[in-house]
Amino acid sequence: MTSAEFPNLVPAMPELFIACVAMVLLVLGVFQKEGAGKTIAFLSTITLALAMLILVAFSQGTVTTFNGLFIADQYSAFAKFLILLGSLLTLVMSQSYLKRVDSNKFEYSILILLSTLGMMMMVSANDLLSLYVGLELQSLSLYILAAFRRDDLKSSEAGVKYFVLGALASGMLLYGSSMIYGFTGTTNFDALAQQFQNADGHVSVGLVVGIVFMLAGLAFKISAVPFHMWTPDVYEGAPTPVTAYFAVAPKIAAVALLMRVMIGPFGELVSQWQQIIVFISIGSMLLGAFAAIAQTNIKRMMAYSSIGHIGFALIGIAVGNQAGVQAVLVYLAIYLFMNVGTFACILCMTRNGESVENISDLAGLGKSNPAMAAVLAIFMFSMAGIPPLAGFFGKLYVFLAAIEAGMFTLAIIGVLASVVGAFYYIRIIKVMYFDESTEAFDAPIGKDMVAILAGTGFVILMFFAYPAPILDSAGAAAASLFAG
Amino acid sequence: MIVQALAFYLFAGIVLASGVMVISSKNPVHSVLFLILAFFNAAGLFVLLGAEFLAMLLVVVYVGAVAVLFLFVVMMLDINFVELRQGFLQYLPIGGLVGLILLIEVLAIVGAWHFAPEAAKAIQVAAPAVGSEITNTQALGLVLYTDYVYVFQAAGLILLVAMVGAIVLTHRRRPGVLSQRVPDQIARRAEESAKTVKVPTGGGI
Repeated sequence: MTSAEFPNLVPAMPELFIACVAMVLLVLGVFQKEGAGKTIAFLSTITLALAMLILVAFSQGTVTTFNGLFIADQYSAFAKFLILLGSLLTLVMSQSYLKRVDSNKFEYSILILLSTLGMMMMVSANDLLSLYVGLELQSLSLYILAAFRRDDLKSSEAGVKYFVLGALASGMLLYGSSMIYGFTGTTNFDALAQQFQNADGHVSVGLVVGIVFMLAGLAFKISAVPFHMWTPDVYEGAPTPVTAYFAVAPKIAAVALLMRVMIGPFGELVSQWQQIIVFISIGSMLLGAFAAIAQTNIKRMMAYSSIGHIGFALIGIAVGNQAGVQAVLVYLAIYLFMNVGTFACILCMTRNGESVENISDLAGLGKSNPAMAAVLAIFMFSMAGIPPLAGFFGKLYVFLAAIEAGMFTLAIIGVLASVVGAFYYIRIIKVMYFDESTEAFDAPIGKDMVAILAGTGFVILMFFAYPAPILDSAGAAAASLFAG
Repeated sequence: MIVQALAFYLFAGIVLASGVMVISSKNPVHSVLFLILAFFNAAGLFVLLGAEFLAMLLVVVYVGAVAVLFLFVVMMLDINFVELRQGFLQYLPIGGLVGLILLIEVLAIVGAWHFAPEAAKAIQVAAPAVGSEITNTQALGLVLYTDYVYVFQAAGLILLVAMVGAIVLTHRRRPGVLSQRVPDQIARRAEESAKTVKVPTGGGI
């Protein structure tokens, strides 16, 4: 009997660390009776920060391990860094909310940790199998988080809706994977890429059907049109910090995964999938721009806004070259800061200890809390894409990549959708500064919130002055995706 | 060979007969019991094919968990099956159509074997020869804990999340419920709970 070689664990160090700590914290939480929620949340925050350190310390070029199921390269490192940062910030933001609604159970932090782990496994997937298990680990944790306030009708509804539709999407993804496996005989990304290189663009119809199914499943996870229907309901129903989490980390992970799958194994088949991506990109941009106009609930509006943003990011994937991937990564990084900041503001919208979620509730914020109004205005201008804020550059790079690749229609529609979208972002600013003031929000908002608002606001405001760190690392990440 | 053939016909016959009984018996509990019988005999068929791991799985998973779950559900829900069966004639045409399509498909497969004998060989490749060195279970274990250890562990984490979720979303700590605390009961001493009082005659306490 041959003994198998022990797999190289070093590339998967951050994942192993999070998995082990999550299990230890689970046991710790069970045995600690009082105040477990707070302690575990604190320890989880530290865990995520340490995982970021480990990620940076152990990144070492492109390595595959676990029999080719797992890949660690600069691309995955960049995406993982964003995911960890997003999870960390949302976990910190959640604390005051959870305390307020009295559901500060320690499982919340554990589920955030495990879903983060799932996302990291997604972006490091080098095989259809590991792609699927990573995705499921992530989704299952998110379903539970959506329904976390189980006594709240809307939260339960959001959980069930998300679960049913998510299971359907997983089914489509699996069906697509099985078709791809059936027509190629392998699930490994490298082997798939090799086969398509040899096939010279001639592929069977069944394989294309498989790719379309996979795309449909992944489009659901990034909530791109026409698989976006769940997003507004789930965003509105889920507890606000969970919505913030949904809008940031899983989106980044799913877009990163989509890019890895499309550029990696199916990179040779660009002509087969490009039109699909172009279609869902245009659909998402337009729907995000137009449907958000009619919203009165700010969480629903943010849901449509995130659909729109995904549409813009998809432009870069549709381009399908290195500049496009770099533009998407930069876009995602800026999107992270904008969204975390905006949701921190939404979490601060409380009156007499109750959350309020209507856009009209923001009226008069410019007078009652000028600092918060100013920060929110920065985020809204940035999302609308007004220079010199970061959001403008995010869109600029994506459009530039499209124009350089000769996809003018896509870029023009993108610019038009962006103009329409500017309407509802700027409407929020109008409500804050020019509408009759209503009752002021609760103050003070807490030191952690102030820190997050100041930090994200600073990044968005100052990106134009010193964009090099994000641009360079995104460039290196994109290069590593194309080198492999 | 004759023993094998006899065993096959025995298992296959019982599978079919109990399958018919599952859908035709009046008492739903009997249906579930016949379902269990069908599972057991299907497991027997797997053993004949040399797939002893699948046979084991069928018994453990389907009989051990799924069928028992069915049994509980049937007993707890008190479903009126007579009512359920009322639309039988109404749905007969569509049911018959589905059955007909299935029959045609099965015939197509058998026909393919008949007209292209080499097709039958293709399906035999997957099954290991009975009596070969490595058993199914060993073969699975050899790759499951080595080549696919990453996916195996990840699947374990998914199950952990499912368990955490089930507990978080359904477990409630109800206040005011009396429960037995065995250590407290054992640690109780006579001195703590009873005291001897000398009652003076005619005084009372």
